[in-house]
Amino acid sequence: MLKLKDISIKLGDFQLRKINLELNKGDYYVLLGKSGVGKTVLLEIIAGLIKPDSGNVFMNNTEITNEKIQNRKVGIVFQDYSVFPHLNVKQNIAYSLKGKKITNSKKEVLINQYAGLTNITHLLDRNTQNLSGGELQRVALARMLVSKPECLLLDEPLASLDIQLKGGLRNLLRQINQSGVTILHVTHDYEEAIALSDKVAVIHEGEIVQRGSTKEVFQKPANEFVANFTGIKNFFLADFSPINNAKINGTLEINVSNKDQIKNGKIIIRGEEIILSNEKMESSATNNFKGKIKQIIPYLTNHEIIVDIGIDLTVVISEESLQKFKFSENSEVWVSFKSTAIKIIP
Amino acid sequence: MINNRNTPILFVLFGGLILLFIISPLLSMFLATTPLQLFETSKDPEVVNSIWLTLRVSFLATLFFAIGAIPLAYFLARTKFKFKKLVNGIIDLPIVIPHSAAGIAILGFISRDSVLGKVASSLGLNFVGHPVGIALAMAFVSIPFLINAARDGFESVPIKLEKTALNLGASPVRVFFTISFPLAWKNILSGLIMMFARGLSEFGAVVIVAYHPMITPVLIFERFGAFGLKYARPVSVVFIIVCLVFFIFLRTLSKEKHTNNA
Repeated sequence: MLKLKDISIKLGDFQLRKINLELNKGDYYVLLGKSGVGKTVLLEIIAGLIKPDSGNVFMNNTEITNEKIQNRKVGIVFQDYSVFPHLNVKQNIAYSLKGKKITNSKKEVLINQYAGLTNITHLLDRNTQNLSGGELQRVALARMLVSKPECLLLDEPLASLDIQLKGGLRNLLRQINQSGVTILHVTHDYEEAIALSDKVAVIHEGEIVQRGSTKEVFQKPANEFVANFTGIKNFFLADFSPINNAKINGTLEINVSNKDQIKNGKIIIRGEEIILSNEKMESSATNNFKGKIKQIIPYLTNHEIIVDIGIDLTVVISEESLQKFKFSENSEVWVSFKSTAIKIIP
Repeated sequence: MINNRNTPILFVLFGGLILLFIISPLLSMFLATTPLQLFETSKDPEVVNSIWLTLRVSFLATLFFAIGAIPLAYFLARTKFKFKKLVNGIIDLPIVIPHSAAGIAILGFISRDSVLGKVASSLGLNFVGHPVGIALAMAFVSIPFLINAARDGFESVPIKLEKTALNLGASPVRVFFTISFPLAWKNILSGLIMMFARGLSEFGAVVIVAYHPMITPVLIFERFGAFGLKYARPVSVVFIIVCLVFFIFLRTLSKEKHTNNA
């Protein structure tokens, strides 16, 4: 649907080199990278706000590299929301409808439809200057959606929101994606990628260093940068029972600290917070499992040990510990982790 | 806000002296003018006509030149080009050159010998000694106030708002009129007021281009030259009052607009 071919641009201190990316209809694609690597610039190139030095942008197999901004059918939502401060919420949402050949009553229906979807119907007559970050983000999304873009470009949409608002916005983004809108979302936050995407590309020093399904990228990082940047390999889909239990992949039951009584979501366990031992240990950790070492992967400063406990769990240990406890592939070990070491992402 | 008690007493003292320096001459002029003199002067047809002429010409010059100055300010705020600093310097030139010299330059530009003068002559117009000539002189010395204020206004509009509007399907012209212009309006209005006020008070450039018809600053100069301080003073006071009324009215209007938008 959306295809970037060999996009290159040099702007000030950074440059993008031969960026290739392909999104299919209905994808939720996250472009993950540190701040300042040019992720926003890439979105602006797709939207036609910046011209690339070289390369092509295709939309539905038609080249749109030099197409007018207004005809591209892509909608960009900036990190700072860019809600027009001199217009009220309704006028903001109606902005793209002005001049279109649709009746006023149809416009009214559209405004109410998208205000309803983004849960801001009660704010329609409000001035935008008194709205919270989450409300502004919803206004920006409603305003963009009413123009019916085929592809939505989101620039760090959750970065400026506090943790309580993030959950609600994530659900809204999922809902928008499920309604058929293809989404390209750029972020520096791997949690957002885990929570939302089905495909991820990692951008580093102006190039895409890895792309693939979210699971693939996080669990099999292509190089050390991706491994360090994504950081998390132990992330799983889980169903939560009300009594602080979670079932991973429908099989393995673990203890979690589920304060928010979430029913299902994703969990992540940092490899550094898992203890590996040859014998079962008595400790405050409520999750203790016997497993078998499948693989030991050496890195510059530490080792990653993949242990099969019914699911593959990645444990990070130092060289010193590896020598001391003489862990080896195919040997049996115990893994322990506290329920508080498990992060739940709704 | 810093507490008043924290302001050094010397600062208050020096500041007070500066304020006194501005107020004293004006106050003494007001006190030296009797109500009867003011009343008589405000009925003097020559004075009344010159005040109307000054207001009208300055107002029209401001409006007419705004049509070109505002787009230029937008261009300067949004475009990077090689000689931008030079262009900005040129815009400030009328502020730094002596206004009598500016008058000479404009006279050369619009006299019958110049290209513009010849074109005007062929249409039966002579800008010298004509309200159009006065307007040109007023605009020349006051237009930097409008361009600079409008440029600052456009620069303060986040570029992402314009990009968002374009992305929402608006044409560049619609983006200008619905986003950039309304958001920069406070600065533009302030610039328009400053240009208008500066035009009202212009003497040096206008007196060279058009002694007649007589705008009020020229009339004050003529009364002073022909009859002395006593006769020039009431005209000055009346004109200052008129200028102040307009200035306060326009400033209040711009503040109200700002409050409504806030």
